[in-house]
Amino acid sequence: MNKILVIAEHNGTEINGSTNKCVTCASKIENCEIDVVVFSKNGDILASKAAKIDGVNKVIKIDGDINEFSLAAIIAPQIKHISSDYSHIFGPSTTFGKDLMPRVAALLDTNQISDIMEVITSHSFKRPTYAGNAILTIEVAKSEKIIATIRTASFTAAENNNNANIDTVSHDIQLPDHTKYISLQSGKSDRPDLQTAKKVVSGGRALASEENFKIIYELADSLGAGAGASRAAVDAGYVPNEMQVGQTGKIIAPDLYLAIGISGAIQHLTGIKDAGTIVAINKDEDAPIFEVADIGLVGDLFKIIPELKAALDG
Amino acid sequence: MRKIIVGLKRVIDYNVRVRVRPDGSGVETDGVKMSINPFDEIALEEALRIKEQGKADEIIVLSIGASESQQQLRTGLAMGADRAVLIETSENLDPLSITKVFQKIISQENPNLVILGKQAIDNDNNQTGQMLAALLEWPQATFASKISLNDTKAEVIREVDAGLETIEINLPAIITVDLRLNEPRYVKLPDIMKAKKKPLDVIAFGDLDITPNDAIKILNTEPPEQRQKGIMVDNVPALIKELENKGLI
Repeated sequence: MNKILVIAEHNGTEINGSTNKCVTCASKIENCEIDVVVFSKNGDILASKAAKIDGVNKVIKIDGDINEFSLAAIIAPQIKHISSDYSHIFGPSTTFGKDLMPRVAALLDTNQISDIMEVITSHSFKRPTYAGNAILTIEVAKSEKIIATIRTASFTAAENNNNANIDTVSHDIQLPDHTKYISLQSGKSDRPDLQTAKKVVSGGRALASEENFKIIYELADSLGAGAGASRAAVDAGYVPNEMQVGQTGKIIAPDLYLAIGISGAIQHLTGIKDAGTIVAINKDEDAPIFEVADIGLVGDLFKIIPELKAALDG
Repeated sequence: MRKIIVGLKRVIDYNVRVRVRPDGSGVETDGVKMSINPFDEIALEEALRIKEQGKADEIIVLSIGASESQQQLRTGLAMGADRAVLIETSENLDPLSITKVFQKIISQENPNLVILGKQAIDNDNNQTGQMLAALLEWPQATFASKISLNDTKAEVIREVDAGLETIEINLPAIITVDLRLNEPRYVKLPDIMKAKKKPLDVIAFGDLDITPNDAIKILNTEPPEQRQKGIMVDNVPALIKELENKGLI
Protein backbone atom coordinates (compact mmCIF):
# COMPACT_ATOMS: atom_id res chain seq x y z
CA MET A 1 0.00 0.00 0.00
CA ASN A 2 1.28 3.47 -0.96
CA LYS A 3 0.00 6.01 1.55
CA ILE A 4 0.13 9.48 0.04
CA LEU A 5 -0.24 12.77 1.90
CA VAL A 6 -1.18 15.84 -0.16
CA ILE A 7 -0.59 19.27 1.39
CA ALA A 8 -3.60 21.48 0.62
CA GLU A 9 -2.96 24.95 -0.80
CA HIS A 10 -5.58 27.56 0.04
CA ASN A 11 -6.08 31.29 0.46
CA GLY A 12 -7.94 31.08 3.77
CA THR A 13 -11.37 30.59 2.21
CA GLU A 14 -10.95 28.41 -0.89
CA ILE A 15 -8.95 25.28 -1.62
CA ASN A 16 -6.67 26.06 -4.58
CA GLY A 17 -7.22 23.91 -7.69
CA SER A 18 -3.53 22.96 -7.43
CA THR A 19 -4.58 20.67 -4.55
CA ASN A 20 -7.01 18.80 -6.83
CA LYS A 21 -4.21 18.41 -9.39
CA CYS A 22 -1.90 16.92 -6.75
CA VAL A 23 -4.64 14.44 -5.86
CA THR A 24 -4.95 13.47 -9.54
CA CYS A 25 -1.19 12.89 -9.72
CA ALA A 26 -1.30 10.83 -6.51
CA SER A 27 -4.16 8.73 -7.90
CA LYS A 28 -1.89 7.60 -10.78
CA ILE A 29 0.18 5.62 -8.26
CA GLU A 30 -0.86 1.99 -8.00
CA ASN A 31 -2.46 0.64 -4.82
CA CYS A 32 -2.67 4.02 -3.10
CA GLU A 33 -4.59 5.73 -0.33
CA ILE A 34 -4.65 9.54 -0.44
CA ASP A 35 -5.02 11.83 2.58
CA VAL A 36 -5.09 15.63 2.39
CA VAL A 37 -3.87 17.86 5.21
CA VAL A 38 -5.18 21.41 5.71
CA PHE A 39 -3.19 23.83 7.85
CA SER A 40 -5.07 27.04 8.67
CA LYS A 41 -6.31 29.28 11.45
CA ASN A 42 -9.77 27.74 11.57
CA GLY A 43 -10.11 25.09 8.92
CA ASP A 44 -13.69 23.83 9.31
CA ILE A 45 -14.87 25.20 5.96
CA LEU A 46 -11.60 24.50 4.15
CA ALA A 47 -11.50 20.91 5.41
CA SER A 48 -15.07 20.29 4.29
CA LYS A 49 -14.15 21.61 0.84
CA ALA A 50 -11.04 19.39 0.72
CA ALA A 51 -13.19 16.41 1.76
CA LYS A 52 -15.15 16.82 -1.49
CA ILE A 53 -12.14 16.13 -3.72
CA ASP A 54 -12.63 12.82 -5.55
CA GLY A 55 -10.17 10.11 -4.56
CA VAL A 56 -9.45 11.47 -1.08
CA ASN A 57 -9.58 8.93 1.75
CA LYS A 58 -9.37 11.32 4.68
CA VAL A 59 -8.77 14.99 5.43
CA ILE A 60 -6.52 15.95 8.33
CA LYS A 61 -7.31 19.36 9.80
CA ILE A 62 -4.62 21.09 11.85
CA ASP A 63 -5.79 24.45 13.17
CA GLY A 64 -3.93 27.21 14.96
CA ASP A 65 -3.43 30.97 14.84
CA ILE A 66 0.15 30.25 13.82
CA ASN A 67 -1.07 28.49 10.65
CA GLU A 68 -2.98 31.50 9.35
CA PHE A 69 -0.49 32.53 6.64
CA SER A 70 0.93 29.23 5.36
CA LEU A 71 4.55 30.04 6.28
CA ALA A 72 6.97 27.26 5.28
CA ALA A 73 9.06 27.46 8.44
CA ILE A 74 5.91 26.98 10.54
CA ILE A 75 4.18 24.28 8.49
CA ALA A 76 7.19 22.10 7.63
CA PRO A 77 7.82 20.80 11.19
CA GLN A 78 4.10 19.98 11.53
CA ILE A 79 4.21 17.93 8.31
CA LYS A 80 7.24 16.09 9.65
CA HIS A 81 5.25 15.40 12.81
CA ILE A 82 2.52 13.51 10.89
CA SER A 83 4.78 12.04 8.18
CA SER A 84 5.65 8.64 9.58
CA ASP A 85 2.71 6.71 8.07
CA TYR A 86 3.21 8.03 4.56
CA SER A 87 5.30 6.68 1.70
CA HIS A 88 4.77 9.84 -0.40
CA ILE A 89 4.19 13.50 0.50
CA PHE A 90 3.08 15.75 -2.37
CA GLY A 91 2.68 19.50 -2.69
CA PRO A 92 1.97 21.62 -5.79
CA SER A 93 4.71 23.24 -7.89
CA THR A 94 3.29 26.66 -7.08
CA THR A 95 5.19 29.26 -5.09
CA PHE A 96 3.45 27.83 -1.99
CA GLY A 97 4.67 24.28 -2.61
CA LYS A 98 8.10 25.28 -3.88
CA ASP A 99 8.69 27.30 -0.72
CA LEU A 100 7.47 24.56 1.59
CA MET A 101 8.31 21.09 0.28
CA PRO A 102 12.14 21.28 0.19
CA ARG A 103 12.01 22.40 3.82
CA VAL A 104 9.96 19.28 4.61
CA ALA A 105 12.38 17.06 2.67
CA ALA A 106 15.43 18.39 4.53
CA LEU A 107 13.74 17.87 7.90
CA LEU A 108 13.22 14.24 6.83
CA ASP A 109 16.86 14.00 5.64
CA THR A 110 15.96 13.28 2.04
CA ASN A 111 15.96 15.00 -1.34
CA GLN A 112 12.87 16.45 -2.94
CA ILE A 113 11.70 15.51 -6.42
CA SER A 114 10.80 18.77 -8.15
CA ASP A 115 7.99 19.14 -10.69
CA ILE A 116 6.72 15.60 -11.27
CA MET A 117 5.10 15.68 -14.74
CA GLU A 118 4.37 11.98 -15.16
CA VAL A 119 4.01 9.00 -12.85
CA ILE A 120 5.58 5.80 -14.24
CA THR A 121 5.46 3.63 -11.10
CA SER A 122 5.19 4.38 -7.38
CA HIS A 123 8.94 5.12 -7.35
CA SER A 124 9.63 6.27 -10.91
CA PHE A 125 8.70 9.60 -12.43
CA LYS A 126 9.40 12.06 -15.22
CA ARG A 127 10.41 15.64 -14.50
CA PRO A 128 11.59 18.59 -16.63
CA THR A 129 15.02 20.20 -16.43
CA TYR A 130 16.72 22.97 -18.44
CA ALA A 131 13.47 24.94 -18.67
CA GLY A 132 11.66 21.93 -20.09
CA ASN A 133 14.28 21.21 -22.76
CA ALA A 134 15.46 17.95 -21.18
CA ILE A 135 13.03 15.51 -19.55
CA LEU A 136 14.49 13.17 -16.94
CA THR A 137 13.20 9.75 -16.02
CA ILE A 138 14.17 9.13 -12.42
CA GLU A 139 13.90 6.21 -10.05
CA VAL A 140 13.86 6.51 -6.28
CA ALA A 141 15.11 3.76 -3.95
CA LYS A 142 12.18 1.87 -2.39
CA SER A 143 13.57 2.58 1.09
CA GLU A 144 13.22 6.35 0.62
CA LYS A 145 10.21 8.45 1.58
CA ILE A 146 9.20 10.43 -1.51
CA ILE A 147 8.78 14.17 -1.03
CA ALA A 148 7.76 15.89 -4.25
CA THR A 149 6.24 18.90 -5.91
CA ILE A 150 3.72 18.24 -8.67
CA ARG A 151 3.84 20.17 -11.93
CA THR A 152 0.23 21.32 -11.95
CA ALA A 153 0.06 21.95 -15.73
CA SER A 154 0.65 18.22 -16.32
CA PHE A 155 -2.46 16.99 -14.48
CA THR A 156 -6.17 17.71 -14.71
CA ALA A 157 -7.95 18.72 -11.50
CA ALA A 158 -9.82 15.97 -9.63
CA GLU A 159 -13.52 16.80 -9.36
CA ASN A 160 -15.37 17.62 -6.15
CA ASN A 161 -18.06 14.95 -5.60
CA ASN A 162 -16.60 13.18 -2.58
CA ASN A 163 -17.46 13.15 1.10
CA ALA A 164 -14.31 12.03 2.93
CA ASN A 165 -13.93 11.88 6.70
CA ILE A 166 -12.27 14.77 8.50
CA ASP A 167 -9.85 14.14 11.38
CA THR A 168 -8.96 17.05 13.64
CA VAL A 169 -5.39 16.71 14.82
CA SER A 170 -3.68 18.79 17.47
CA HIS A 171 -0.10 18.74 18.67
CA ASP A 172 2.16 20.61 21.03
CA ILE A 173 5.35 20.79 18.99
CA GLN A 174 7.48 23.86 19.44
CA LEU A 175 7.30 26.13 16.37
CA PRO A 176 9.70 28.96 15.51
CA ASP A 177 8.80 32.65 15.89
CA HIS A 178 11.52 34.02 13.60
CA THR A 179 9.21 34.64 10.62
CA LYS A 180 6.39 37.17 10.56
CA TYR A 181 3.84 37.66 7.80
CA ILE A 182 3.25 41.35 7.06
CA SER A 183 1.01 41.68 4.00
CA LEU A 184 -0.03 40.54 0.55
CA GLN A 185 -0.37 43.00 -2.27
CA SER A 186 -2.57 41.49 -4.90
CA GLY A 187 -4.14 42.94 -8.04
CA LYS A 188 -7.83 42.45 -7.33
CA SER A 189 -9.46 40.73 -10.26
CA ASP A 190 -12.73 38.91 -10.85
CA ARG A 191 -11.22 37.04 -13.79
CA PRO A 192 -10.54 33.30 -13.57
CA ASP A 193 -7.32 32.29 -11.84
CA LEU A 194 -4.53 31.88 -14.41
CA GLN A 195 -3.45 28.45 -13.22
CA THR A 196 -6.91 26.90 -13.42
CA ALA A 197 -8.59 28.97 -16.19
CA LYS A 198 -9.86 27.06 -19.25
CA LYS A 199 -9.04 30.05 -21.43
CA VAL A 200 -6.23 32.59 -21.07
CA VAL A 201 -5.50 35.78 -23.03
CA SER A 202 -1.95 37.13 -22.65
CA GLY A 203 -0.34 40.31 -23.88
CA GLY A 204 3.28 41.12 -24.56
CA ARG A 205 5.60 44.06 -24.92
CA ALA A 206 3.86 45.10 -28.15
CA LEU A 207 0.98 46.42 -26.05
CA ALA A 208 3.44 49.21 -25.27
CA SER A 209 1.73 50.61 -22.15
CA GLU A 210 -0.24 49.82 -19.03
CA GLU A 211 -3.19 51.70 -20.51
CA ASN A 212 -3.19 49.69 -23.74
CA PHE A 213 -3.43 46.47 -21.73
CA LYS A 214 -7.08 47.38 -21.26
CA ILE A 215 -7.86 45.71 -24.60
CA ILE A 216 -6.36 42.45 -23.30
CA TYR A 217 -8.57 42.60 -20.21
CA GLU A 218 -11.64 43.40 -22.31
CA LEU A 219 -10.98 40.52 -24.69
CA ALA A 220 -10.40 38.21 -21.72
CA ASP A 221 -13.75 39.27 -20.25
CA SER A 222 -15.54 38.66 -23.56
CA LEU A 223 -14.12 35.12 -23.55
CA GLY A 224 -14.53 34.50 -19.81
CA ALA A 225 -10.76 34.01 -19.78
CA GLY A 226 -7.92 34.68 -17.37
CA ALA A 227 -5.49 37.48 -18.27
CA GLY A 228 -1.73 36.91 -18.46
CA ALA A 229 1.38 38.58 -19.79
CA SER A 230 4.90 37.89 -21.01
CA ARG A 231 7.92 38.60 -18.84
CA ALA A 232 8.76 41.55 -21.09
CA ALA A 233 5.39 43.16 -20.34
CA VAL A 234 5.85 42.62 -16.59
CA ASP A 235 9.43 43.93 -16.63
CA ALA A 236 8.24 47.00 -18.54
CA GLY A 237 5.75 47.67 -15.73
CA TYR A 238 2.59 47.32 -17.84
CA VAL A 239 1.11 44.64 -15.52
CA PRO A 240 1.79 43.18 -12.04
CA ASN A 241 4.14 40.22 -11.58
CA GLU A 242 1.41 37.72 -10.77
CA MET A 243 0.24 37.89 -14.38
CA GLN A 244 3.53 36.55 -15.76
CA VAL A 245 3.24 33.36 -17.79
CA GLY A 246 6.44 31.45 -18.46
CA GLN A 247 9.26 29.53 -16.89
CA THR A 248 9.84 32.12 -14.18
CA GLY A 249 6.15 32.95 -13.86
CA LYS A 250 3.20 30.63 -14.08
CA ILE A 251 3.22 27.39 -16.04
CA ILE A 252 -0.28 26.88 -17.36
CA ALA A 253 -2.30 24.48 -19.47
CA PRO A 254 -5.59 26.10 -20.53
CA ASP A 255 -7.73 24.63 -23.35
CA LEU A 256 -7.29 27.89 -25.27
CA TYR A 257 -4.34 30.29 -25.07
CA LEU A 258 -4.23 33.56 -26.99
CA ALA A 259 -0.75 35.10 -27.24
CA ILE A 260 -1.12 38.69 -28.36
CA GLY A 261 1.91 40.77 -29.26
CA ILE A 262 4.15 38.13 -27.68
CA SER A 263 7.21 37.16 -29.73
CA GLY A 264 7.60 33.78 -28.04
CA ALA A 265 10.88 33.71 -26.10
CA ILE A 266 11.79 30.18 -24.98
CA GLN A 267 11.06 31.05 -21.38
CA HIS A 268 7.50 32.05 -22.33
CA LEU A 269 6.94 28.95 -24.47
CA THR A 270 7.99 26.77 -21.52
CA GLY A 271 5.00 28.14 -19.64
CA ILE A 272 2.39 27.31 -22.30
CA LYS A 273 3.51 24.17 -24.10
CA ASP A 274 0.79 22.06 -22.47
CA ALA A 275 -1.99 24.39 -23.63
CA GLY A 276 -4.68 22.75 -25.79
CA THR A 277 -4.87 25.28 -28.62
CA ILE A 278 -2.45 28.20 -28.95
CA VAL A 279 -3.51 31.22 -31.01
CA ALA A 280 -0.82 33.77 -31.86
CA ILE A 281 -1.49 37.30 -33.06
CA ASN A 282 1.62 39.28 -33.95
CA LYS A 283 2.67 41.82 -36.54
CA ASP A 284 6.02 40.07 -37.11
CA GLU A 285 5.44 37.02 -39.30
CA ASP A 286 8.84 35.62 -38.28
CA ALA A 287 8.06 35.70 -34.52
CA PRO A 288 8.99 32.34 -32.92
CA ILE A 289 5.52 32.12 -31.36
CA PHE A 290 4.19 31.08 -34.79
CA GLU A 291 6.38 27.94 -34.68
CA VAL A 292 4.28 26.53 -31.82
CA ALA A 293 0.92 28.19 -32.49
CA ASP A 294 -1.98 26.07 -33.75
CA ILE A 295 -3.55 29.12 -35.34
CA GLY A 296 -1.56 32.19 -36.36
CA LEU A 297 -2.70 35.61 -37.55
CA VAL A 298 -0.23 38.25 -38.71
CA GLY A 299 -1.30 41.85 -38.28
CA ASP A 300 -1.71 44.90 -36.07
CA LEU A 301 -3.10 43.82 -32.71
CA PHE A 302 -4.65 47.26 -32.16
CA LYS A 303 -6.89 46.61 -35.19
CA ILE A 304 -7.37 42.87 -34.72
CA ILE A 305 -8.29 42.76 -31.03
CA PRO A 306 -11.23 45.21 -31.20
CA GLU A 307 -12.51 43.38 -34.28
CA LEU A 308 -12.17 40.03 -32.51
CA LYS A 309 -13.91 41.34 -29.41
CA ALA A 310 -16.76 42.80 -31.49
CA ALA A 311 -17.22 39.48 -33.27
CA LEU A 312 -17.24 37.55 -29.97
CA ASP A 313 -19.67 39.98 -28.36
CA GLY A 314 -21.80 39.53 -31.50
CA MET B 1 32.28 41.12 11.21
CA ARG B 2 29.03 41.03 9.25
CA LYS B 3 29.43 38.45 6.52
CA ILE B 4 27.26 37.43 3.60
CA ILE B 5 27.73 34.10 1.83
CA VAL B 6 26.54 33.86 -1.77
CA GLY B 7 26.33 30.60 -3.72
CA LEU B 8 27.57 30.61 -7.33
CA LYS B 9 26.83 27.63 -9.55
CA ARG B 10 28.53 26.99 -12.88
CA VAL B 11 25.84 26.15 -15.44
CA ILE B 12 25.38 26.09 -19.20
CA ASP B 13 24.98 29.71 -20.28
CA TYR B 14 21.32 30.72 -20.50
CA ASN B 15 21.70 31.76 -24.16
CA VAL B 16 22.82 28.30 -25.24
CA ARG B 17 20.20 26.10 -26.85
CA VAL B 18 20.51 22.93 -24.77
CA ARG B 19 20.77 19.67 -26.73
CA VAL B 20 19.97 16.25 -25.28
CA ARG B 21 22.55 13.57 -26.15
CA PRO B 22 21.07 10.99 -28.55
CA ASP B 23 21.97 8.12 -26.20
CA GLY B 24 19.82 9.59 -23.40
CA SER B 25 22.79 10.01 -21.06
CA GLY B 26 22.25 13.70 -20.40
CA VAL B 27 22.71 17.01 -22.20
CA GLU B 28 25.65 17.99 -24.40
CA THR B 29 28.25 19.96 -22.42
CA ASP B 30 31.34 19.56 -24.62
CA GLY B 31 32.44 22.89 -26.03
CA VAL B 32 29.39 24.62 -24.57
CA LYS B 33 29.70 28.09 -23.01
CA MET B 34 29.42 28.01 -19.21
CA SER B 35 28.44 30.90 -16.93
CA ILE B 36 27.30 31.79 -13.45
CA ASN B 37 23.69 30.70 -12.90
CA PRO B 38 21.78 33.96 -13.64
CA PHE B 39 19.83 33.87 -10.36
CA ASP B 40 23.12 33.52 -8.46
CA GLU B 41 24.48 36.58 -10.23
CA ILE B 42 21.46 38.53 -8.97
CA ALA B 43 22.14 37.15 -5.45
CA LEU B 44 25.73 38.39 -5.60
CA GLU B 45 24.69 41.80 -6.95
CA GLU B 46 22.31 42.18 -4.01
CA ALA B 47 25.04 41.25 -1.52
CA LEU B 48 27.36 43.82 -3.11
CA ARG B 49 24.71 46.52 -2.82
CA ILE B 50 24.15 45.63 0.84
CA LYS B 51 27.88 45.97 1.48
CA GLU B 52 27.98 49.27 -0.43
CA GLN B 53 25.23 50.56 1.89
CA GLY B 54 27.54 49.78 4.82
CA LYS B 55 25.36 46.91 6.05
CA ALA B 56 27.93 44.14 5.50
CA ASP B 57 31.70 43.90 5.81
CA GLU B 58 32.66 40.85 3.79
CA ILE B 59 31.16 38.85 0.94
CA ILE B 60 32.22 35.26 0.39
CA VAL B 61 31.27 33.44 -2.81
CA LEU B 62 30.97 29.66 -2.55
CA SER B 63 30.80 27.15 -5.35
CA ILE B 64 30.59 23.37 -5.31
CA GLY B 65 31.69 21.52 -8.40
CA ALA B 66 34.52 20.74 -10.79
CA SER B 67 37.79 22.65 -10.81
CA GLU B 68 36.53 24.76 -13.73
CA SER B 69 34.06 26.43 -11.33
CA GLN B 70 37.03 28.60 -10.34
CA GLN B 71 36.27 30.64 -13.49
CA GLN B 72 32.83 31.56 -12.16
CA LEU B 73 34.26 32.31 -8.70
CA ARG B 74 36.86 34.63 -10.33
CA THR B 75 34.00 36.40 -12.12
CA GLY B 76 32.27 36.76 -8.75
CA LEU B 77 35.45 38.23 -7.26
CA ALA B 78 35.70 40.62 -10.21
CA MET B 79 32.12 41.75 -9.56
CA GLY B 80 33.26 42.67 -6.05
CA ALA B 81 33.16 39.66 -3.70
CA ASP B 82 36.02 39.66 -1.17
CA ARG B 83 37.01 36.01 -1.26
CA ALA B 84 35.96 32.70 -2.73
CA VAL B 85 35.72 29.08 -1.67
CA LEU B 86 35.45 26.12 -4.04
CA ILE B 87 34.41 22.74 -2.71
CA GLU B 88 35.87 20.64 -5.48
CA THR B 89 34.22 17.47 -6.70
CA SER B 90 33.79 15.76 -10.04
CA GLU B 91 30.57 14.17 -8.79
CA ASN B 92 27.17 15.57 -9.69
CA LEU B 93 25.99 16.03 -6.10
CA ASP B 94 22.36 15.86 -4.98
CA PRO B 95 20.73 19.00 -3.50
CA LEU B 96 20.73 17.65 0.08
CA SER B 97 24.49 17.03 -0.05
CA ILE B 98 25.04 20.49 -1.54
CA THR B 99 22.98 21.84 1.35
CA LYS B 100 25.14 19.98 3.88
CA VAL B 101 28.26 21.51 2.32
CA PHE B 102 26.77 24.97 2.77
CA GLN B 103 25.83 24.09 6.34
CA LYS B 104 29.41 23.11 7.09
CA ILE B 105 30.92 26.26 5.60
CA ILE B 106 28.33 28.39 7.40
CA SER B 107 29.24 26.81 10.74
CA GLN B 108 32.86 27.88 10.14
CA GLU B 109 32.17 31.37 8.78
CA ASN B 110 29.13 32.43 10.85
CA PRO B 111 27.54 34.74 8.26
CA ASN B 112 24.43 36.65 9.25
CA LEU B 113 22.96 36.34 5.79
CA VAL B 114 23.12 33.76 3.01
CA ILE B 115 21.79 34.80 -0.39
CA LEU B 116 21.17 32.20 -3.09
CA GLY B 117 19.49 32.10 -6.47
CA LYS B 118 15.98 30.68 -6.24
CA GLN B 119 16.99 27.89 -8.59
CA ALA B 120 19.75 26.81 -10.95
CA ILE B 121 18.75 26.88 -14.60
CA ASP B 122 20.23 23.43 -15.28
CA ASN B 123 18.40 21.09 -12.89
CA ASP B 124 15.62 23.60 -12.06
CA ASN B 125 15.35 22.03 -8.61
CA ASN B 126 14.58 25.12 -6.51
CA GLN B 127 15.51 23.37 -3.25
CA THR B 128 18.85 24.36 -1.76
CA GLY B 129 17.88 27.56 0.05
CA GLN B 130 14.81 26.05 1.66
CA MET B 131 16.72 22.90 2.67
CA LEU B 132 19.53 24.96 4.14
CA ALA B 133 17.10 27.03 6.19
CA ALA B 134 15.56 23.79 7.50
CA LEU B 135 18.88 22.22 8.53
CA LEU B 136 20.09 25.42 10.20
CA GLU B 137 16.64 26.10 11.71
CA TRP B 138 16.89 29.59 10.24
CA PRO B 139 14.09 31.63 8.66
CA GLN B 140 13.78 31.65 4.88
CA ALA B 141 12.53 34.22 2.42
CA THR B 142 12.28 32.68 -1.03
CA PHE B 143 11.70 34.39 -4.42
CA ALA B 144 12.74 37.84 -3.15
CA SER B 145 12.04 40.90 -5.29
CA LYS B 146 13.03 43.47 -2.61
CA ILE B 147 15.19 43.21 0.50
CA SER B 148 15.40 45.82 3.28
CA LEU B 149 17.86 45.10 6.09
CA ASN B 150 18.64 46.37 9.52
CA ASP B 151 21.00 44.86 12.09
CA THR B 152 18.68 42.16 13.36
CA LYS B 153 15.90 41.77 10.80
CA ALA B 154 15.17 41.69 7.09
CA GLU B 155 11.94 42.74 5.46
CA VAL B 156 11.55 40.86 2.20
CA ILE B 157 9.01 41.25 -0.59
CA ARG B 158 8.43 37.88 -2.24
CA GLU B 159 7.05 37.17 -5.71
CA VAL B 160 4.27 34.67 -5.06
CA ASP B 161 1.48 33.39 -7.31
CA ALA B 162 -1.07 35.67 -5.66
CA GLY B 163 1.04 38.83 -5.96
CA LEU B 164 3.70 40.37 -3.73
CA GLU B 165 3.97 39.03 -0.20
CA THR B 166 5.91 40.90 2.48
CA ILE B 167 7.44 38.99 5.39
CA GLU B 168 9.83 39.96 8.17
CA ILE B 169 12.51 37.52 9.24
CA ASN B 170 15.10 37.55 11.99
CA LEU B 171 18.77 37.33 11.08
CA PRO B 172 20.65 35.13 10.46
CA ALA B 173 18.53 34.02 7.53
CA ILE B 174 18.47 32.47 4.08
CA ILE B 175 17.15 34.55 1.21
CA THR B 176 16.64 33.20 -2.32
CA VAL B 177 16.27 35.73 -5.10
CA ASP B 178 13.99 36.14 -8.09
CA LEU B 179 14.67 37.87 -11.40
CA ARG B 180 13.29 41.32 -10.66
CA LEU B 181 15.37 41.99 -7.55
CA ASN B 182 18.11 43.88 -9.42
CA GLU B 183 20.18 44.03 -12.57
CA PRO B 184 23.70 42.67 -12.05
CA ARG B 185 26.61 44.97 -12.88
CA TYR B 186 29.04 44.40 -15.71
CA VAL B 187 32.56 43.42 -14.82
CA LYS B 188 35.24 45.92 -15.84
CA LEU B 189 38.72 44.92 -17.00
CA PRO B 190 40.64 46.46 -14.04
CA ASP B 191 38.35 44.50 -11.71
CA ILE B 192 39.23 41.27 -13.50
CA MET B 193 42.94 42.05 -12.91
CA LYS B 194 42.28 42.86 -9.25
CA ALA B 195 40.24 39.69 -8.80
CA LYS B 196 43.28 37.57 -9.65
CA LYS B 197 44.88 38.66 -6.36
CA LYS B 198 41.86 37.95 -4.18
CA PRO B 199 41.91 34.71 -2.13
CA LEU B 200 40.28 31.60 -3.61
CA ASP B 201 40.46 28.52 -1.36
CA VAL B 202 39.94 25.07 -2.82
CA ILE B 203 38.77 22.30 -0.48
CA ALA B 204 38.21 18.71 -1.62
CA PHE B 205 34.62 17.56 -1.11
CA GLY B 206 36.04 14.30 0.26
CA ASP B 207 37.59 16.20 3.18
CA LEU B 208 34.18 17.38 4.44
CA ASP B 209 32.95 13.97 5.58
CA ILE B 210 29.57 14.20 3.85
CA THR B 211 28.13 11.05 2.29
CA PRO B 212 26.20 11.86 -0.90
CA ASN B 213 22.58 10.72 -1.00
CA ASP B 214 22.20 8.47 -4.05
CA ALA B 215 18.58 7.38 -3.50
CA ILE B 216 17.44 9.12 -6.70
CA LYS B 217 18.88 7.72 -9.93
CA ILE B 218 18.50 9.27 -13.38
CA LEU B 219 17.55 6.50 -15.82
CA ASN B 220 17.16 8.52 -18.99
CA THR B 221 17.23 12.03 -20.46
CA GLU B 222 15.08 12.83 -23.48
CA PRO B 223 14.02 15.92 -25.41
CA PRO B 224 10.46 17.13 -24.84
CA GLU B 225 7.69 16.40 -27.31
CA GLN B 226 7.57 19.23 -29.79
CA ARG B 227 4.38 21.05 -30.69
CA GLN B 228 3.64 20.99 -34.38
CA LYS B 229 3.39 24.23 -36.32
CA GLY B 230 -0.27 24.87 -37.06
CA ILE B 231 -2.08 26.91 -39.69
CA MET B 232 -2.07 30.59 -40.55
CA VAL B 233 -5.31 32.49 -41.09
CA ASP B 234 -5.68 35.79 -42.97
CA ASN B 235 -8.28 37.64 -40.95
CA VAL B 236 -10.50 37.71 -37.88
CA PRO B 237 -13.53 35.92 -39.43
CA ALA B 238 -11.25 33.02 -40.43
CA LEU B 239 -9.84 32.89 -36.88
CA ILE B 240 -13.34 32.85 -35.40
CA LYS B 241 -14.32 30.03 -37.77
CA GLU B 242 -11.32 27.91 -36.70
CA LEU B 243 -12.08 28.45 -33.01
CA GLU B 244 -15.73 27.54 -33.56
CA ASN B 245 -14.71 24.37 -35.43
CA LYS B 246 -12.61 23.35 -32.43
CA GLY B 247 -15.52 24.07 -30.09
CA LEU B 248 -13.48 26.65 -28.18
CA ILE B 249 -15.90 29.57 -28.50
